[in-house]
Parts: sequence; structure tokens; C-alpha cells
Amino acid sequence: MLVYTVKRLGLSVAIILVATAVLFVMVFAIPGDPVSVALGPRASPSVVEAFRERMGLDQPLPIQMLRFYGNLLTGNLGHDVLSGRSVATMVLEQLPYSLTLIAGAMVWSVALGVPLGCYAAMRRGSAVDSIVGVLSVGTIAIPSFVVAIYLLLIFAIGLGWLPAIGAGRSGEFGDQLVHLILPSLAVGLGWVGYLARMVRSTMLEVMGESHIRMAHAFGLPPRLVIFKYALRIAILPTLTLLGLGIGQMLSGTVFAEIVFARPGVGQLVYDAVSVRNYPVVTGAVLVTTAFYVLATLAADLLVASLDPRIRTSLRQ
Amino acid sequence: MTRAFEPASANSAVAHAGRPRRRRPDWLRHLMADRLGMFGLVLVALVVIGAVFADVLTSYDPIRMSPRDRFAAPGLDHLMGTDNLGRDLFTRVLHGGRIALTVAMAATAASLALGVSLGLVAGYGPRWLDNALILLFDALRSFPTVMLALALVTLIGPSLAAVILVVVLSGAPSYGRIVRTQVISLKRAEFVLAERSMGAGTARILFVHLLPNVIGPILILASMDIPVVITIEAGMSFLGLGVPPPTPSWGNILNDGFSFIRESIWPVIAGGVPIIVATLGFTFLGEALRDTFDPRIRKDM
Repeated sequence: MLVYTVKRLGLSVAIILVATAVLFVMVFAIPGDPVSVALGPRASPSVVEAFRERMGLDQPLPIQMLRFYGNLLTGNLGHDVLSGRSVATMVLEQLPYSLTLIAGAMVWSVALGVPLGCYAAMRRGSAVDSIVGVLSVGTIAIPSFVVAIYLLLIFAIGLGWLPAIGAGRSGEFGDQLVHLILPSLAVGLGWVGYLARMVRSTMLEVMGESHIRMAHAFGLPPRLVIFKYALRIAILPTLTLLGLGIGQMLSGTVFAEIVFARPGVGQLVYDAVSVRNYPVVTGAVLVTTAFYVLATLAADLLVASLDPRIRTSLRQ
Repeated sequence: MTRAFEPASANSAVAHAGRPRRRRPDWLRHLMADRLGMFGLVLVALVVIGAVFADVLTSYDPIRMSPRDRFAAPGLDHLMGTDNLGRDLFTRVLHGGRIALTVAMAATAASLALGVSLGLVAGYGPRWLDNALILLFDALRSFPTVMLALALVTLIGPSLAAVILVVVLSGAPSYGRIVRTQVISLKRAEFVLAERSMGAGTARILFVHLLPNVIGPILILASMDIPVVITIEAGMSFLGLGVPPPTPSWGNILNDGFSFIRESIWPVIAGGVPIIVATLGFTFLGEALRDTFDPRIRKDM
């Protein structure tokens, strides 16, 4: 387990370093240097010079890159071009809102996806099974921003049951929860389909294994066999899937935050893009990418600790 | 994970041996028996026909404004109503289909070309190059797509090229990884060794011998990625990061409609429904194609 953990951790760090380098090269390889991007074409030469010096852009590229990595190690992601605030602070301020949204989306996808998949596996080949199958593919295919807009249109504007915008008054848990229902459903709906499919196929696989047949032969009630013995194993691949899902859910939160006008990392980056505030954009992209890599790492380690077969082979 | 490509008809051909010869090949019968797949084909056909015959199907201009007719409800004059600038939504939807399909084809072709070539190089090349490329693939795949799109657009501005670049950067690594795995399992095969012992160059081995063996599953995966590409284009345009207005794109229609969602619901419906029709259609069709040609291919998530 230790060897696996170290290898897997090393791989994750390498991926984050390379992703950072890719982003760095992108920023500097693109025509029109960051100064004109940030200040616009009408900035006076003296302002441009001061800006270059402040941002360290007067140094050669490799030095800049080393500095960039050095700053990263100390948690410095650079500064907002407009306000001069630390990007790391700005992102960390907004991150809890996005994480809450992802957590809500996961609750939706597990609460709907696991029972649906389980039920479909128990009634294999029935009409319910095919309906769950079509629904799964459908929810996976339809983009989350279309779902978000139509949820807003139906439940907030049309029926008026739920609030349309914002994250709720701070400090009032109930109000915030009510504001979370629609956006988290929009982000999580696609994952209902993924989870239902995954749980269904692993359940079918597990049900054929000898210890399950043994439990049946032993005369245990079918419900007990399914929920205590089969589902427990069938849920493992779902963990990996959820770890991978965080990356796509992060994309989904950007849309949900904009459609429902919620604060969050997506909203922060979106606002920064329109004024070409590139340090905020790259900083936030780095944080979310690192977050995704670490989430998949956590999911892999969790599954490896539950299933010894995985530890022996590091996927490459 | 993904195994070598074998046509599914190999088994069924044996099963039907001895029967009189049929006109329809096995794969076509299999495909046509898939009801959901056929439903997908109908949806895809609707989108394609609408996009190809856009100029014949409507007499309106997709861009010219007519403020007096703004927010008209669907009717005989305007099949899907009009938007906030009085433009006919049906016309804009048909022309938006052109953008969606063009981007889907161009971007898929570009990411296939890049991903497959890098995958061939990684699988057949030296170990260090393989490791470096795999690390690059994994790093690119770890960017959340929308974040990558936001970062790129900050740097180069919203455009069709930005959309295609985002699709290529997020799609090519997956193809590359799959091709690379298959090339590694094939490169010690006897037909490759034989070719090499007869003095064939690396390029000939890669493109004449290895490529045909790995391209099948990749093409099917690419067809299953079309809805993803359509989603990226529509999503970026919805955020104002994609095709710049006034060019009609489904994402732009949705973006305009969303700004005026309290005034009229028709623009939002006109923008969203085609996205749903296209993504569902291509998904159902893609799954049917996959089941027909190789039930064992599983998307490498």
C-alpha cells in the first residue's frame, strides 16, 4: 500500500507540475504579450514598463518560470491586475461556494443514481430496466447548462417554488439550502445517469459471484443479500467514478453559478475573463486543476485501500 | 481497457452460414434492429437536413434585425417565434445547426489527427518519449474543460478557432492514450517484426501497418464524442466565449434568450431544444454504432 501510495502521489505531483507548465507556456506563447492583454493597447509606455517590472515580465522566460514555481510553493498565485489583491485569497474565498455546489450535486447523483441502478439490476430486462437505461443515456448527453436554464425557467420563474438567483442570506442555513436545490440538481443530473449505469453493471457482475449465490443458498432474505453483500462491492467503482466526476462537475458549477447568479470560483473566473484579468484566470484554473488531480488521487487511494488487487498494478 | 478492434459480424456470419445470401449486410440489420439507435438517426437526420437546407426552408435572414417584431410567439409567420431583436428564431436555429455541425466535424477531425499521431509516436517511440507524452496527455486531461476554455479565451479572445482549440486540447489526449496502448500491444506482433526485418521504415510501419489496426475503435469513440463537441461549442457560445454574435449559434441564441428570460420564454426554448435534440440524437446513434461494431469497446473515462 505504501509503495502504491508513493507512486500514485508522485504521479499526481508530476501531472500538476506539467499542467502548470502548459498553462504558463500558453500564457507566454500566445501573440500579444500579457501586458497589452492586461492594460489594453492605449497604455502609456511608462505604465507598461512599471507593470512589466512589477510582474517580473522583464526577466527571461526560464527565470520567470522558476519564479512562478517558487511562488507556487509559497502559495502565491500572483495578484489581481485591477485591485492588486492576492489571487490565492480571492480563489480561496470563493472555493467554499463551489464545493458546496459540488457536494449538493453529489448528494443528488448518489441519492437518485444508486437506487435507480440497483433497481434496474434487480429487474434486469424489464420495462423499468430499459427506461432507466434510456434515462441514464439521456441525462448524460444533455448539457448541464441547458438543464440549469430549464430548471430555472420551470421551477423558479414558471412555478415560483424555488428562488432563481443567489446563494441565500449568509448565516441562514435553511435559506442557503433552498437556494442550493436547483443549481446542484443541474450539476448532478448527468451524474445520476453515470452512477445508475455503473451501479447496474457492477451489481449484475457481483450478483453472479459465488459468495452472493452462497448467501442466497444459505436462505438469507434477498433484500439483505442485495443491500448488505452485493451493493457493498458494487459501490466501489462508483467511488472512482465520483473522483473523476469532480473534474466535470467543476465545469458544471461554472454554468450553474452563472445561470443562477451564485458566487463561486466559476463566477470569479467568468468575471475576470471579460476584463482579461489573466492572473485571476490562470490562478483559478491552477487551483481547480490541482483540486481535480487530488480528488482523483483520493478516490484511487480509497479504492486501493478497499480492494487489494488494485495496489499491485499502477495503471500507466 | 480497450481491446483490439474486431468486427462483430465475425460471429454472426458463422451463425448465418448456409442460409441463402441476403442483400443487407449483418451489421446493417443489427443496427436497424436497435430502436433507440434508429430514433437517434432520425434526430440526427433532422439536424443535418435543417442545416443543409436552411436557405430553402426559410425565407428570413438569420442576422437582420426587425425590432417591431420582437418577442413574437410561435405562429405561422415565425415557427419558433422571434428573439429580442425581432429575428426569426427558426431561421437562426437552422443556421446554428450549420455552426454546430461544422465545428463538430472540423474539431473532431483535428483532435483525431493530433491524438492519433501522438499516440502512434508514444506507443512506437522510445520509452522516455512515451513517458513524456503520457504525462502531457494526463496533464491536459486534468484541466476542467470549461476552465481551459476560460483561460484560452482570456488570452486569444472569443472565436471559432478558440472553440476548436479547446476541443482539440481536451479531446486529443484521450485518443492519444488509447492509440498508444494499442500500439504497444501490437508493436511486437509478428507482422510488424516481419515488415521491419524486410527493411520497412518507421513511417511505413506506423501508417501502413499499425494505423489500420488501431483506427476502428478510435473512429467509433470519436463518433460518440460528437455530442461532447456540440456541448462545448454551445456552452462556450452561451458564455460568450465561442462564436461571436451576431452569427447564429445555438449557444448564442440561448445566451440572448437567457438575458430576456422574463420577457419571453420562446428564445430560450428555441436555443435549448436543438441542443437537446442534437446531443441525444448523436448519443443514441453513437451507442448503437458501438454496439454494432464492437460491443466490447468501453469509453476510457
